Amino acid sequence: MRLVAEKLGGERGGELLFHGLDFMVSAGEALLVTGRNGSGKSTLLRIIAGLLAQAEGTLRLEGEPAAFEGLAAAAHYLGHLNAMKQVLSVHENLHFWQSFNGRGKYSIAEALERVGLGEIGHLPFGYLSTGQKRRASIARLLTSERPVWLLDEPTAGLDKASETQFAALMQEHLARGGLIVAATHLPLGLAGSKELALGAPL
Amino acid sequence: MGALFLRDVRLGLRAGGGALVGILFFLAVIAVVPFGVGPDLKLLARIGAAMLWVGALLATLLGLDRLFQADRDDGSLDLLIMASERHMLPLTILVKCLAHWSVSVLPLVIASPLLGLFMNMEPAAIGATALTLLVGTPAITLIGAVGAAVAVSLPRGGLLVSVIILPLAIPVLIFGVSASYGAVEDPAPFLAPFLILGAITLFFAVLGPVAAAIALRSSAD
Repeated sequence: MRLVAEKLGGERGGELLFHGLDFMVSAGEALLVTGRNGSGKSTLLRIIAGLLAQAEGTLRLEGEPAAFEGLAAAAHYLGHLNAMKQVLSVHENLHFWQSFNGRGKYSIAEALERVGLGEIGHLPFGYLSTGQKRRASIARLLTSERPVWLLDEPTAGLDKASETQFAALMQEHLARGGLIVAATHLPLGLAGSKELALGAPL
Repeated sequence: MGALFLRDVRLGLRAGGGALVGILFFLAVIAVVPFGVGPDLKLLARIGAAMLWVGALLATLLGLDRLFQADRDDGSLDLLIMASERHMLPLTILVKCLAHWSVSVLPLVIASPLLGLFMNMEPAAIGATALTLLVGTPAITLIGAVGAAVAVSLPRGGLLVSVIILPLAIPVLIFGVSASYGAVEDPAPFLAPFLILGAITLFFAVLGPVAAAIALRSSAD
C-alpha cells in the first residue's frame, strides 16, 4: 500500500497555496508536513482526506486493503477540532464513532487505557481539559481500523508524557503496516520519517 | 446508522439540545391566539386547524438551523462526510432528519390535541389535524435539511434557513390545512389533500437528503 501524489496543487479561497507537489508514502512510513503558518499544511491534509478538491495534479492510494474503497474510506482524519460532543460522555462519544466507523483492534476501554484516560470515560467530554480532549480524540483513531492516519497538529495541547505515549501508538500503527501523514511544527518522536517542507516561495 | 440516530436523539434531549424550545414556542403561539381573536368560540373553532398548522410550521423552523451546524462546529461533519463510502451521505442526512423530527417535532404533534382544545375544536377536527401534522411535518424537516445544509457555513444562518425554505413549505401548509378542514366540513374532501400531503413528504424524503448532501459537500472548506 502506498499513497502517491503527483504534481499536486492546492488552493484556498482562490489563492494557490502550493503546486507541483510530488511525494510518495509507503506502508510503514510517516510523512511529516512542515512549513510556516499559512503555507497550506492543513489544506494538504484536507485534500488527502477528500474534504477539499485539489486544484491540480493527482492523488491516489495504491494497493489499499480490500476492506477500504478509496482514500477517504481508508483514512482517519484528526483535525484541529476533536469531533466530540460536549454533553455526551467520553465513552458515549467513542461508542458512537466506533459503531459508525466499524470496530477496530481495540475496544473502547482498551483505547482509553492506551491514552491514559481509563479512569474518566464516564465524564462528559466538555469537562475534560484541552490535553485530555486531545487524548480522547486520539483514542478514536484506535477504536476503528484505518490504514491511513491524517493528523493535523496532533500533539497540540499534549504534555510530555502524553506525547511519548502518542509516539508509541504511532510507531505501533506504522509497524502494523499503516501510514501516517502529519502536519506539525514539533518533532513527533518518529524515527526515520520523511519530511515535506511547504511554503517555499512559488 | 442506528448509532447516529441514538446519538442525535440523546443530544436533543440533553441540556442545551433545544427540543423543549420548539414546544414552548408552539404553546405560546396557540395560547395567545384566543386573546387576540376574542372570545368568539365559533370563530376559534373555524380557524383552529389553520392556527395549529401555522404554529407547528413556525415551531419546526425554529430549531432547523442547528441540524448540521452543531456537527460542523465540533468537526464531526468532516468525519460524517469522509465516511460516505461506508454510509451514503444522503442516508446519513435522512437519519439525522428523522432523529431531529422525533425529538423536536413529534412532541408538537403529540401536544396538538391539547392545544386544539384551547381553540374549541371538535374531536374530529382535532384528530384530523393531529393526523395531518403527523404526516406533513416530516416534509418540513426534510425541506429544512436543504436550507440548513446551504446555510451551514454562515455563523448566523438561522433566519436565512427559515426564509429559504418557507416558500417550499407553503404547499405542505396548504394541503395540511385543507385536509384538516375536509374532515369536518361536508363538501370539502379529506382524502385527496391528505394523500397529496403524504406524497409531498415521500417526495422530499428522497429529494431533500440528496440535495442537502450536494450542498454539504460543496460547502466543505
